[in-house]
Amino acid sequence: MKHAEAVKKYRARKIEERFFHSLFFINGILVIVVLAGIFAILLKTAAPAFREIDLREFFFTVHWDPAGYEKESYGIIAMLVSTFLVTLGALAIAIPIGIGAAAYLCDVAGPRVREIAKPLIEVLAAIPSVVLGFIGIVVVNPMLAKFFRQPNGLNAVNGSILLAIMALPTIISITEDALVSVPRSFEQASLALGATKWQTIIRVKIPAALSGIIAACMLGMGRAIGETMTVLMATGCAPALPTSYLHAVRTMTATIAIELGEVPYYSTHYYGLFAIGLTLFIITFMINLVADLVLHNFQKMQR
Amino acid sequence: MKQFGIIGTAMVTVFALAGAAHAATIQVKGSDTLINLVQRLAEVYMEQADDSIAVTGGGSGTGIAAVINRKCDIANSSRLMKTSEIQKAQTGGVDVKYIAVAIDGLCVIVSAANPVKNLTKQQIGAIYRGEITNWQEVGGVNMPITLYGRQSNSGTYVFFMESVLKGDYSKKMNRANGNAQIVESVRADESGIGYVGVGYIKNDSRGVTVVKVAAQDGADYLSPLDSAAVNSGRYPLARPLYQYLNGTPKGAVRDFLAFELSPKGQRIVEEEGFFPLPQEYIDFNNKVMGK
Amino acid sequence: MMRMRTLTQFFGFFFLRTCALFVVLILALLLGHIWQKGSGSLSWEFLSAAPRQGMTAGGIFPAILGTLCVTCIAAVLGMPLGIGCAIYLNEYAADTALTRVIRISIRNLSGVPSIVYGLFGVVLFVQLFKFGTSILSAGCTLGLMTLPWTITASEEALKNVPMAYREGALALGATKWQAIRTNVLPYALGGMITGTILSLSRVAGETAPILFTGAAFFLPELPKSVFDQFMALPYHLYIMSTQHHAVAKVRPLAYGTALVLIGLILALNLAAIILRARLRTMKKE
Repeated sequence: MKHAEAVKKYRARKIEERFFHSLFFINGILVIVVLAGIFAILLKTAAPAFREIDLREFFFTVHWDPAGYEKESYGIIAMLVSTFLVTLGALAIAIPIGIGAAAYLCDVAGPRVREIAKPLIEVLAAIPSVVLGFIGIVVVNPMLAKFFRQPNGLNAVNGSILLAIMALPTIISITEDALVSVPRSFEQASLALGATKWQTIIRVKIPAALSGIIAACMLGMGRAIGETMTVLMATGCAPALPTSYLHAVRTMTATIAIELGEVPYYSTHYYGLFAIGLTLFIITFMINLVADLVLHNFQKMQR
Repeated sequence: MKQFGIIGTAMVTVFALAGAAHAATIQVKGSDTLINLVQRLAEVYMEQADDSIAVTGGGSGTGIAAVINRKCDIANSSRLMKTSEIQKAQTGGVDVKYIAVAIDGLCVIVSAANPVKNLTKQQIGAIYRGEITNWQEVGGVNMPITLYGRQSNSGTYVFFMESVLKGDYSKKMNRANGNAQIVESVRADESGIGYVGVGYIKNDSRGVTVVKVAAQDGADYLSPLDSAAVNSGRYPLARPLYQYLNGTPKGAVRDFLAFELSPKGQRIVEEEGFFPLPQEYIDFNNKVMGK
Repeated sequence: MMRMRTLTQFFGFFFLRTCALFVVLILALLLGHIWQKGSGSLSWEFLSAAPRQGMTAGGIFPAILGTLCVTCIAAVLGMPLGIGCAIYLNEYAADTALTRVIRISIRNLSGVPSIVYGLFGVVLFVQLFKFGTSILSAGCTLGLMTLPWTITASEEALKNVPMAYREGALALGATKWQAIRTNVLPYALGGMITGTILSLSRVAGETAPILFTGAAFFLPELPKSVFDQFMALPYHLYIMSTQHHAVAKVRPLAYGTALVLIGLILALNLAAIILRARLRTMKKE
């Protein structure tokens, strides 16, 4: 009898064990499902757009004007250029400052300073984008208007400045991680050869951590491309093809944010917006994936 | 394991809440031009009735889309629905009806520092199409024109395009999210020109000039602040503002619409800077309301 | 030669220090500016009353409540799923190709633009699940957004539990799940909650994902169920600064809203930091 009971108990435990194992397995798989689900839903909802809009028109014409007077036009070149214009501007500001700040925190600052500065950078990362957009309107806007003698300061530069602020925490923290993980022996060898600390940072540590730093910049770039609220509020949103940083621009994200609320579901325009979303998703996915691989290889090399 | 208990309870609560009955509120959506007026009307109406009215903004396109998608009871719109939109609604089984709620004299504004005070409709059209790019060409100083307009979800954007531009907007136009942003921008920009609903300007026109508009060369230049000119229809940019519904209004929706069209409601229309309805629209509304 | 090198180092370090200082300065100016302009509109009425007179007066209580509601739903959805995934990765999964794909997916999810989450939410929750534009739709969308951060933090917490705790339970004949439940989770839970709070603080300030999934311009009544639309602090700030009919007149209210939003997020961060510090001292004892 006792034996039978024990077998029963054993079986129950086995079932329980298997149940929880599969439960957590499903839960683990869920992440892939969500990511694939986002892609699938974007693809499925964007697909009708490509039945109604010529692919060549979508990718190779300049203007996006679904409410045009003479004809509707669905081209994404202007907003693609705007997106990259604003993003590159942001990186031009954020990369030198970010690497400089990270190098300072890693190699120059004392432990006290580091302990204060690091949480502060986390706080900067926590500032919601809509607040930065608001700052763009009330602070950066009049400043730029005055500085460049423009009628208003809602333009690509404004967006770049705000996006730089958003990308900084990402760039700083990953660059710092990369610098910290450079083996101490590199640094010691350089100093022993008589190099100054500054020369060691510039000629040894930064080159050694370069792929990590590149990954940091790419992740910062991904963040800037996908950012919506700041560019929606602070860049003036003119759909023209920009030819200068002082032009008002409308990025891909801003276009979706402005127009999705107004379209009837299941119209060409609605599908078209999902097509923009899909393009945006693929761009950021590629950037993140490459950054991820670079970072992964870098970490492997350090080990 | 208490924590898991708490999480479990929270989940149960959420799903219990999810099952609770929906509140019976009137959903009003759309039109940046109308939103302040309708919200004011709703506030006064709710003081005397039990119904609750939720007013959300967005452009006219947002409201019209919401009617088509059956996501609101009343859609404010500063333009008529397009044929394609009506077809879309009918396919979805929505029986589109509309009333006029107020008259708007669309104002074209420039900075107070700009010497230009009069423009013809054709000149305004050419300016916004991007054909006239310097104030010199319309009797002003030598200064490039900065265009301010609305985004494409705005009924004002569409009305202006169809009745003034008769063509596409210049791609260089700065597209503001709302009327107020245009007023703000033009106030700060000596070279700016913008268009906004009269409600945004009638009570506070500091720093901007409301341009007098003539229907064509040689016609009288009229101001949208002149109620006689707007009411008689002589002001070239006068337009009715609409509310779209699904089917003949019933119940709470009907009560609210009746209030809007009553003398008390029309007085609020005037207080908010718009113009009350002339007789032809009153007759039209009565027909829709089934009176 | 020597002096030249010291000089270069001096200027080099000066540049690095300026960079770091610049970042801190931006933060200080940002917070200082909002505090200076926004603290004037803070009052009990501002926090506890609804907007009045076409949102030119009154408070922002419905927006605060709405943000709290969606954040709670995000927590209810995101926390168990995130923790479950972390348990699978750290306790069950072997280092297979599948596990690596899961890890890559997690890192990629954190890089998906917030507006894309918004599009996803519209199709999945608003339309497919028929939740409509509601607190539930917006909360679920935000809940999915928290996943990558919650998972990463939870896994970190699980890694910090000594192997011996698991081995002890297993040696006594416990099943794997029993070992996790009784010996691992109680020790990791604090870290998991800290991570969840931090990820919630990130999504609480998000605007783009809730634009089309449920946030409303103005509602006369508080939401009655999770199927109602809601007002939210970030969206309120957006409309108060760009779409309101008297943008200049309501500027002080917009500053006040920004201040409350930042305050809420910093409070969440602070709670997480304090909790983390507490746990550290507890573990030392």
